[in-house]
Amino acid sequence: MNGFPILSLITFLPVVGMIIILFLKKEQANLIKYTTLVVTAVQLVFSIILLMNFDYSAAGVFEQGSFQFIDKFRWIEIKDISWLGTVKVDYFLGVDGLSVPMVLLTSLICLIATISSWNIPHSIKGYFALFLLLDCGMMGVFVALDFFLFYIFWELMLLPMYFLIGIWGGPRKEYAAIKFFLYTLLGSIFILLVMIGLYFSAHETLADGSKVFTFNLLALMDSANYTSDGILSPFNPGNLRFIAYIGLFIGFAIKIPMFPFHTWLPDAHVEAPTPISVILAGVLLKLGTYGILRISFPIFPEITRELAWYIALFGMINIIYGALVALAQKDFKKLIAYSSVSHMGYVLLGMASLSATGVNGAILQMFNHGTITAMLFLIVGVLYDRSHTRGLNDFGGLANQMPVYTGFVTVAFFAALGLPSLSGFISEALVFVGAFGSEEIRTLTIISTLGILLGAAYMLWTLQRIFFGKLNEKWNQLTDIDTREYIMFIPLTIIIIFLGVYPSAMLDIMNSSVNALVEFVSTGLSNVQLSGF
Amino acid sequence: MAEITLINLSILILFLPLIGFAVLLFFGKKFPKLYMFEVGIISLTFILTLVVLYAKLFMFPHNEIMYSFTWIDFGNTPIVGDLKIELGIEINNITVLMLFVVNLISMLVHIFSIAYMKGDKRYNRYFAYLGIFTFSMLGIVITHNLLMMYIFWELVGLSSYLLIGFWYEKKSASDAAKKAFLVNRVGDIGMFLGILILFTHYKTFTFDTIFYQISNGNLPFDSSAWLTAAGILIFMGAVGKSAQFPLHVWLPDAMEGPTPVSALIHAATMVAAGVYLCVKIFVLLTADAMLTIAIFGAVTSFVAATIAITQNDIKKVLAYSTVSQLGYMVMSVGIGAYAFAFFHLVTHAFFKACMFLGSGSVIHAMHHEQDIRQMGGLKKKLPITYITFLISTLAISGVPLTSGFLSKDGILAGTWAFGNLTGHYLIPILGFTVALLTAFYMFRLVILTFHGEPRNQEKFDHAHESPAVMKAPLIILSVLSIFVFYTPNPISPDAGWFLGDWVKTPTTVTPEETRFDFMIEHGESHGDSHGEIVHSTKYTEEMHHVHYPALGLSLLLAGLGILFAFILYQWRKIDPDKITDKIKPLYNFSLNKWYVDEAYDKTAIGGTLSFSRFMSWFDATIVDGIVNWSAYITQGFSYLSGLFDKFVVDGLVNFWAFFSGVIGFSFKKLQTGRVQTYIVLVVFSIVVLFFIF
Repeated sequence: MNGFPILSLITFLPVVGMIIILFLKKEQANLIKYTTLVVTAVQLVFSIILLMNFDYSAAGVFEQGSFQFIDKFRWIEIKDISWLGTVKVDYFLGVDGLSVPMVLLTSLICLIATISSWNIPHSIKGYFALFLLLDCGMMGVFVALDFFLFYIFWELMLLPMYFLIGIWGGPRKEYAAIKFFLYTLLGSIFILLVMIGLYFSAHETLADGSKVFTFNLLALMDSANYTSDGILSPFNPGNLRFIAYIGLFIGFAIKIPMFPFHTWLPDAHVEAPTPISVILAGVLLKLGTYGILRISFPIFPEITRELAWYIALFGMINIIYGALVALAQKDFKKLIAYSSVSHMGYVLLGMASLSATGVNGAILQMFNHGTITAMLFLIVGVLYDRSHTRGLNDFGGLANQMPVYTGFVTVAFFAALGLPSLSGFISEALVFVGAFGSEEIRTLTIISTLGILLGAAYMLWTLQRIFFGKLNEKWNQLTDIDTREYIMFIPLTIIIIFLGVYPSAMLDIMNSSVNALVEFVSTGLSNVQLSGF
Repeated sequence: MAEITLINLSILILFLPLIGFAVLLFFGKKFPKLYMFEVGIISLTFILTLVVLYAKLFMFPHNEIMYSFTWIDFGNTPIVGDLKIELGIEINNITVLMLFVVNLISMLVHIFSIAYMKGDKRYNRYFAYLGIFTFSMLGIVITHNLLMMYIFWELVGLSSYLLIGFWYEKKSASDAAKKAFLVNRVGDIGMFLGILILFTHYKTFTFDTIFYQISNGNLPFDSSAWLTAAGILIFMGAVGKSAQFPLHVWLPDAMEGPTPVSALIHAATMVAAGVYLCVKIFVLLTADAMLTIAIFGAVTSFVAATIAITQNDIKKVLAYSTVSQLGYMVMSVGIGAYAFAFFHLVTHAFFKACMFLGSGSVIHAMHHEQDIRQMGGLKKKLPITYITFLISTLAISGVPLTSGFLSKDGILAGTWAFGNLTGHYLIPILGFTVALLTAFYMFRLVILTFHGEPRNQEKFDHAHESPAVMKAPLIILSVLSIFVFYTPNPISPDAGWFLGDWVKTPTTVTPEETRFDFMIEHGESHGDSHGEIVHSTKYTEEMHHVHYPALGLSLLLAGLGILFAFILYQWRKIDPDKITDKIKPLYNFSLNKWYVDEAYDKTAIGGTLSFSRFMSWFDATIVDGIVNWSAYITQGFSYLSGLFDKFVVDGLVNFWAFFSGVIGFSFKKLQTGRVQTYIVLVVFSIVVLFFIF
């Protein structure tokens, strides 16, 4: 694969698709759909090729040499600006074990969301063009290794998402869209500030020996690159790293979404059309936790260790609080949205353990939550398409009316409540193993196990309310799922079962990187004086 | 036969029922006769089990046969070092005996169900579920590690959920299924935490490795308190699955499932898994953990027995009787009577399965009538059902020549010895009281169901004996309740092959200071060549000492219980209604199951639901309210600044225009015409603003 820019291809293929779509006529609805389908399918194929050529033993994380499929060149360079010196930004893509699972997840979910978008009612051209732009943005975040580039992709997602909710959404779409937009933008500002602060705190040595400020994430992880007086330099006694960490964390936490920054999520989900909910829950939420793992942890290892307990605390709150609020919901989609809040809490808890098992569990949980929740939102969509209601108490007895659908729902629900042999269990179990192993957060972990019980409670109660009991005669016209829906459900079901039985298929990909990351975070910058508390 | 063949056969036994499940699930709708495939599969599984049983007990009686593989390899992890998660199977005498029990009863239940479930619209689906249940249960049996135990533990929970809620059109059925799963999860959380303690310290889930480490004095977090905690927490799983007080509430409700399912899952096998788990972890239990377990078991057996005496639903009586007997087994583990706990598990599995299938036969005959007040006189109509049910009842009551007599007497003698050795006399007192109650309520059930005159003539007239496929399992199971299968001497089980050769109490691995005094061997060891001892000399002597008094007392109590039942219900010397009137509060307390469900509804369930509604309100009103308010406030500010802009700033516009002209001129140099430069400048402007404000 040497020299073949596969990552750029995977990332920008959707943009190519978008351009093609822009040249098509509005009336060519099918052509537009098939273009999108082909683009996302090819993207998935390339992701699989990427995986097949991926070296499992190379760690990556902080070391450029062991990153793979690197695409790197000088993108922006302005020489000798009076007091700034040379300004340069690299176009720098590369993957390691942390990002490959996310690349696979993104391309898979985008393909399934495309299939799910087949019946979008109006403005098809605009919808699919924005959809592909969103795809590019998400993929870019997962492969960018330059902070500036990362940020651009991060912002790139925002706009299409805003329109996709705001135009194709439900009754309160404007409110939901603007709330999503502003909330995420608020987070972006924090990220931006920290990015710039970091830029002025570290030098990168170029090939010609000159030193320049840098956005290179890997350079920012190396403490040797920091200047002695940089505002975010660990060697500056008056540095603001602590505040910067919290700001950056909030920026990412809004995306996760972490309590108390989560209230945009239920609104966005309830109003978004099904495929956008699928992407939102399946991929977008992972950007937050990915950002923390990729940027916060290795750049600020000493503060990460200091604040691990608080991260775990918020993880615990997410788990319990999300589950409790989900339990009280009467709207199917809102319930699933809050279950996402709960399940993303496991990711936080696992990361906070700063152990190999916990972080492996966290990343696996990101992937598994992506597939399981995507399926859950598809499930909501199938029912809503047919009945035009999402009230949990409006149904009952659908098991006999839609038996195949019920079967898929059962698998997805049990995966979500962490039944062993389905994928959700392994990741949650590893999170608990890792978190319990950390003495610091053991108590929080023990409390978090309540989430297993609450999760089962709201899932099983939902199953009962919708599918069991006597059929409400109002629904005797509902049809079971059709071929298109089969095509969406079957691959997800297979993945959920496969990773439940053979989790190593995914764990082996990330294992080396996780070990390197944990090692790096637990030892990095252990000699510096903490300041700014 | 080589050991490897045994391993391969066991793996085959494990997966065959899963194949049955998959085939029926996917093709069951197209081929209505496909259930025979599942029955065939399970029969094949049973035959293979016989081979394994024979081979293990007679060819490798003393070997522990193990097979394991790496499931997850974390490589060389920071701090912890090399970390792997291994799964695997372990075949010892207890395993193969358990395999035999599970597969035999599973096969009989499959056969019984052919007739019992005939005409059900989800006939094949039912057999599919039986298949996945059998698979999960076998997984519990042959695992060699705690993780796999937990995995299959939850999977039997799933199959139990599916089967209790099999008739999900009924609200009560889906409620019961949900309740079973959730109550079990409560116990499972404890079990999971217990496993986490052990894994965190030993970095392995494998039983033998953990035991070995403990025997070398390596305790979890270097403290025996954590070892006790681990033991009790893992036992929590058994409290859920084996329906121990206070988590017993799901089992009586689980009777909503089809009756053969009650026989297989909720009487003979799955609920016994908790006891099996206790047996598996027996050697790491400290004295404190054992005492806790013993108290849980004793209290459970007593509570359930007091409830069983007033129930009127034939299945509910049997359900509480099951809870009570499971309490016996658990108590037996707690007092150190390891072998008797397992022995009672086996004997109980057969006679209780027989009773449940018998009740199924009665219900089938009575057209789904389950109230014993509507029955009576059925022995004329259902002779085979009656005789087999009677034999099982004699067994559970502890009448000599039955298997139940042997196992129950052993447990009761054990409690007595335990009381003498430790001073905890509450346990034998509860144990013996339960023996009295058991004989009483079981004979009350038999008399009200089968004896006397029919109380509902119409239903009685329509009743008919069940077909051969239902009778055959009853006969087989009742025959297995006779002593000859376990020992040649109907008085002493120790003399037989079951306890004499096959099942022996293993040596505990906990440090001596954490054991009961009687479990420490002072002086020479009585261990045989395989490292197995029947506790210490002291314990053995005490057991010997109390054997005959205990036997006498338990016989007396069983006799009294049976006698009372006959006086009250058969001969009607005393009117039972009069007695109940006299002790109305007590009667109601028992009839309403100690109001445990009501208490849970009011506290745990009601509390959680109210709290969740409050949280939802809090989320929508407070958390989101803050978000919205900050938006309104911002809007307000922008309106004000709009006004400011209009009246103040506008006046200065000319000045600004002039000023920017000057500034613009000086920045001309930076205008390179390249987009990149602009991006950078925008970013830098923001940063400058950042540092200014």
